[in-house]
Amino acid sequence: MSNITLQIDGKEVSAKEGMTVLEAAQSVGIFIPTLCHHPSLEPYGACRLCLVELESRGRSRLVVSCIYPVEEGLVVKTRSEKVDRIRKMILELLLSHAPDAFDLQDLAEEYGADKYRFEKEPSFCVHCGLCVRYCAEVKQKKAIGFINRGTQREISFIPEIAAKECWNCKECFPLCPTEALQAAFVLTKALAFSSSSLEPSPAE
Amino acid sequence: MEMDRVDQIIDKHECEASSLIQILLDIQSENRWLPKEALEKVAERLQVPLTRIQHIATFYKAFSLVPKGRHGIHVCLGTACHVRGAKRVLDAVKDLTNIKPGETDLDLKFSLETVNCLGCCALGPVVEIDGKVYGNTAPAMIADVIKNYD
Repeated sequence: MSNITLQIDGKEVSAKEGMTVLEAAQSVGIFIPTLCHHPSLEPYGACRLCLVELESRGRSRLVVSCIYPVEEGLVVKTRSEKVDRIRKMILELLLSHAPDAFDLQDLAEEYGADKYRFEKEPSFCVHCGLCVRYCAEVKQKKAIGFINRGTQREISFIPEIAAKECWNCKECFPLCPTEALQAAFVLTKALAFSSSSLEPSPAE
Repeated sequence: MEMDRVDQIIDKHECEASSLIQILLDIQSENRWLPKEALEKVAERLQVPLTRIQHIATFYKAFSLVPKGRHGIHVCLGTACHVRGAKRVLDAVKDLTNIKPGETDLDLKFSLETVNCLGCCALGPVVEIDGKVYGNTAPAMIADVIKNYD
């Protein structure tokens, strides 16, 4: 493992090959806001909040730090006028889906994002994929997945698997930044669980 | 649809997980929709999670998770057809079949869909029924055509 040195916000950081820019920043205590990032899951790059500005060979560009691998001599800016402006826009777009999500409020204040800038589209799910990925990667139960595509994309439980597995797990619940997941679970329970599976048996 | 037939289709594709979409397409074309039991069978035999099958089956418009009618009517609402009066043709089809776009009637006779271009704009307004293309349609003409399907 060779060491790579890069510069993050003017600070020299040494990182191992294969690390992402986000991991390198976190290793020296530089904060980059994230939403869809979870340390025990594969990087996903869904929320785009962790975008940073890179300067290499005289040009600057924006990349998503949670999936961008470190390179020798990178110059990273986690806050710049450009980054802040785009992050504010991303926050406003996310807030149009979930205007009262706790995880977004502080960030919205910091970046001056107006949660009413875009027309409300109260799907409440911001498609971070945390529940879907946690269920598949950590629990290996695959009880929840995405359905449909584009603007219609949403999360959906498989009722048969959820009725068996979810009662004693629910580990994905605290991960959800918007509580859309809890709502989806309640809906699945009401619509599609057979009555015999409605209560967990006391023996379990 | 009989599960034996689903098994045969899966066997034809040698039970390969990479043939998932082909298997779903074969089931779809034989049965006109994908019943839940068939999807569970495919998931079990291919060792593919049901969430992924659900994701794929809802992603592509070629798949349907609800029963479809014996005849699929596609009314083109592309620009060329639109300016030549596709809206009135669609209204006529809606009245004749008593269903709205995206729906199927109760005796599973017709399913109605709107499409955005069938690629033969010179023939507009175009209606496609079971793969047969009817060009230069008018409300009265499409009524005669639809009568011949049962």
